[in-house]
Amino acid sequence: MSLVELEVNGNKVSQDVEERQLLVHFIRDDLNLTGTHVGCDTSQCGACVIHVDGQAVKSCSMLAVQANNSKITTIEGLADGENLHPVQEAFRENHGLQCGFCTPGMIMAAVDIINRNSILDEKTVREELEGNLCRCTGYQNIVKSIIAASEKM
Amino acid sequence: MYQFNYKKVETVQEAVNELSANPDSKILAGGMTLIPTMKQRLASPEQLIDIRNIEELNFIREESNNIVIGSTTNHFNVSSSNLIKEKIPSLSMLAEGIGDPHVRNMGTIGGAISNNDPTADYPAACLGLGAKIKTSKRELSADEFFISLFETALEEDEIVVSISFPIIKNSFYMKFPNPASRYAMAGVFISKNDTDIRVAVTGASENGVFRWIEMEKSLSNDWSKSSVENVKLSPEGIMSDIHGSSEYRANLVNIMAIRAFEGINE
Repeated sequence: MSLVELEVNGNKVSQDVEERQLLVHFIRDDLNLTGTHVGCDTSQCGACVIHVDGQAVKSCSMLAVQANNSKITTIEGLADGENLHPVQEAFRENHGLQCGFCTPGMIMAAVDIINRNSILDEKTVREELEGNLCRCTGYQNIVKSIIAASEKM
Repeated sequence: MYQFNYKKVETVQEAVNELSANPDSKILAGGMTLIPTMKQRLASPEQLIDIRNIEELNFIREESNNIVIGSTTNHFNVSSSNLIKEKIPSLSMLAEGIGDPHVRNMGTIGGAISNNDPTADYPAACLGLGAKIKTSKRELSADEFFISLFETALEEDEIVVSISFPIIKNSFYMKFPNPASRYAMAGVFISKNDTDIRVAVTGASENGVFRWIEMEKSLSNDWSKSSVENVKLSPEGIMSDIHGSSEYRANLVNIMAIRAFEGINE
């Protein structure tokens, strides 16, 4: 076991973990933050995307021990109390989800895309979503939501 | 995933010491190949040596007409570096085409070349630009470094420190990504400076990345599109799997070569 100390959604966490534990399982099973999903478990689908030190990563392909001393944001950490994050709000307004399984990863990826790109067009958003799959194929409204959110942020 | 010990190191020396002390260790950089491989139990090292936080390995700088990149520099930092965009645009374009944004935030250049996956992109840039690879022991040319499928000249207690790319603006990389995995099914890197033309091919050969000497000769004789079109890669020794036969891949290499050539001359 190794001790990991990190900050998750602004809360300090200190815990012993098995070296082989994946970060996504640490978040879901140990911290009970089940908004982050495991879709494919093979780094393809992006349902597990979270931010580690401000960068979007696939938490199914990272070990919990690698995240020692880092700052993590999950989907639960985006909203400000009762007020949804602008990207969450845009997904709601634009019907950016159907079954909702890919949505946490889509939204975490979207925040990262908007942070990195001052101007967003449809082509850029679609290229940037390379690592996020929606099996409902609801990309049309996902893209619409991200562009709408970028205009408000 | 099988259980293993985990050791985070702060210096190259520490990493090398750990490797020497425990030959069943593996270096963990970004982990974008190693962790999925371990999850599938295709690898089961006794110990992982995490080098991601070695500060001295994370850099991009210009040194006497070369761009030198530290081995733990991730793909995002290579693709977004203004220095690389200006000096070797083909290299930043190549980095931007690896995996997806989340993978690029973790995956490292040193990891990519040490693994020498036959479908990886960076080995083509190293061979195609004539890069020098500095390790914890020595300096190797890309031609010496890449041996075969998943095999490099690295010894068991040796790690990559940095990669030095000659600044050659006249260079271009074109790949045909597998529509599902996005790994290259065929990728061709061409570079041309005053004295040298190099053509490297990834994604296709059963022996991993290679220099396409016949194409280099043809282009050295006559730098023209018809020179590219006249050389055909033999399907012998080219990978054949459910994604494409040897003939199909060899033809893809020909087409990627034409597009890479056109890319340089655009």
